[in-house]
Amino acid sequence: MINLASRDILHGWGKFAFTGVGLGLLIGVTLTMAGVYRGMVDDAKAMIENAGADLWVVQQNTLGPYAEPSSIHDDVARDILGQNGVMEAGNVAYLTMQIQKGGKDVRIMLVGIEQSKPGEPAYLVDGRPIAHSHYEALADIKTGLKLGEHFQIRRYQYTVVGLTRRMVSSSGDPMVFVPLKDAQEVQFLKDNDALLNERARTTANPAFNRPGVPGLLDSVLANQITSHMVNAVLVRIKNGYDAQEVAKQILRWKHLQAYTKDQMEEILVAKLIATASKQIFMFLVILAIVSAAIVAFIIYAMTLNKIREIAVLKLVGAGNQTISSMILQQALGLGLIGFVVGKTAATLWAPLFPKYVLLIPGDTIIGFILVMLMCSLASIFAIRAALRVDPATAIGG
Amino acid sequence: MSEPAIHIENLMKRYGEGDTAVDALKGVDMTIWPGEVVGLVGPSGSGKSTLLKCLGAVIEPTSGKMTLGGETIFDGTWEIDDLRTLRRDRIGFVFQAPYLIPFLDVTDNIALLPMLAGMPNTQARIRAKELLDALDVGHRATAQVSELSGGEQQRVSIARALANQPPIILADEPTAPLDSERALTVVRILNQMAQQYQTAIIVVTHDEKIIPTFKRIYHIRDGRTYEEAGEGRDA
Repeated sequence: MINLASRDILHGWGKFAFTGVGLGLLIGVTLTMAGVYRGMVDDAKAMIENAGADLWVVQQNTLGPYAEPSSIHDDVARDILGQNGVMEAGNVAYLTMQIQKGGKDVRIMLVGIEQSKPGEPAYLVDGRPIAHSHYEALADIKTGLKLGEHFQIRRYQYTVVGLTRRMVSSSGDPMVFVPLKDAQEVQFLKDNDALLNERARTTANPAFNRPGVPGLLDSVLANQITSHMVNAVLVRIKNGYDAQEVAKQILRWKHLQAYTKDQMEEILVAKLIATASKQIFMFLVILAIVSAAIVAFIIYAMTLNKIREIAVLKLVGAGNQTISSMILQQALGLGLIGFVVGKTAATLWAPLFPKYVLLIPGDTIIGFILVMLMCSLASIFAIRAALRVDPATAIGG
Repeated sequence: MSEPAIHIENLMKRYGEGDTAVDALKGVDMTIWPGEVVGLVGPSGSGKSTLLKCLGAVIEPTSGKMTLGGETIFDGTWEIDDLRTLRRDRIGFVFQAPYLIPFLDVTDNIALLPMLAGMPNTQARIRAKELLDALDVGHRATAQVSELSGGEQQRVSIARALANQPPIILADEPTAPLDSERALTVVRILNQMAQQYQTAIIVVTHDEKIIPTFKRIYHIRDGRTYEEAGEGRDA
């Protein structure tokens, strides 16, 4: 038996191919949306993994440092080191800001780290780790910064001494690592006018100018331009110790919140990017509905264009199965072309996106099944229309 | 003498019910023998198409009797369950316009019918080629439908009607879109095919050019048929 669907497709291949390309671009957008979501999750996981920590110690009753603000004193790290099972503890400060690069603003997440402590990037793709106490930086390659390049953060010039990869915040901003003290200064440093204003206010305060307490005012003023706060302490656990148990211990004795790697992942994926993922899911649903509607419309229109031929086929004895099969195969053919075009388009344009787009084979397989299912469902309207065609319409009168 | 290819007794068809009912056929009688080409002539609205649709088993008559090659197919109700198979295997259709399938080439337009009946593709295509040769369009076997002239398309549609070697062919104004010369050629072909394959052919027409070529003509008026001997001139 002749395959009527393939013959019809070959006969009008140009129209069919153009329709398939149009549908394919829509499918490409859908696959990319799924890739954006996967990229967000993967970025979050990479950020946690690359921090090289087993525990994140943050301000009590907060989901910090990524999902909520958290502020703890930088000497807490020393106390935590004394806890049973703790191998290393490093202070970290996080700050989202903009830097200038080649006259353009680049949004980054500034991370203050302590040398050779948890929080330092797990590996560098080029250069060396930070070796000096100030004004050296490690930058993610997505910032566009090059090794040895200088850039400005507030008043100071920093030199890029090392490059990292896949170190981005949960919102996709590339990370720039600087010494902790520098980050603390950036986080809390006021501009000159504000400092002068603050000094004047403090100096005018009689409480700091008591005759019997010499040097009080100087101490207060000095304290105003330094900060000893950090956002979190990252902890590495000794071998053989359970992170959960150490976290409970820190909570009990230090009144701080400690999250394990799994808990931090849960916070990032289930809480921080939950709204974004719901948003993307809504887009996916809408795109799927739009795609299905387009396929349904195209197949329906193609079928209506063949009503006379269908009537003749029915009149000369073609069964409903032959007619339905022809329409279904065409819908699936359209879906197949669309999927191939969509997958190719998504693969080609994914690297051009500013945020990481991760196209995983699992999503591709699910996408393919959904496209085929969608095309099958979309063909129902056309099949119904074709089966309703009265063979008598082939005869005039 | 053998059984008539088609025999109709008092066939009636009513559309609608009650006050709005229209009797399109009011008792048609007709007998056509194998190898015979008969004209069915009548003005618009006389019931020609309704009769053709009843004969083609695409609409159900209201009452009467129809036999095909001696087998009763309708006697107040359909006597055959599978009308689709009846149409496919025992009735050929030639339409006013050729209505060929545009996405199939000439051979496959004809071979499709035997294929639908279960014949292997190769065998079906051999039969199609034989029919195309018989109709003098064998040289167009691999052409696309759109590449054929109107006359060639009509010949291909006649070949398609003959593809399953049905005992009866219903031709609905097959010469309407053709000029005199081509119209007479089509009639000549129909006569040749009727003789060659012993097929009974009913040609619905009001084409003055071809009416004198029929040996027997059924006039249909107000839902009733009147038989008349034709001139039977050579086409």
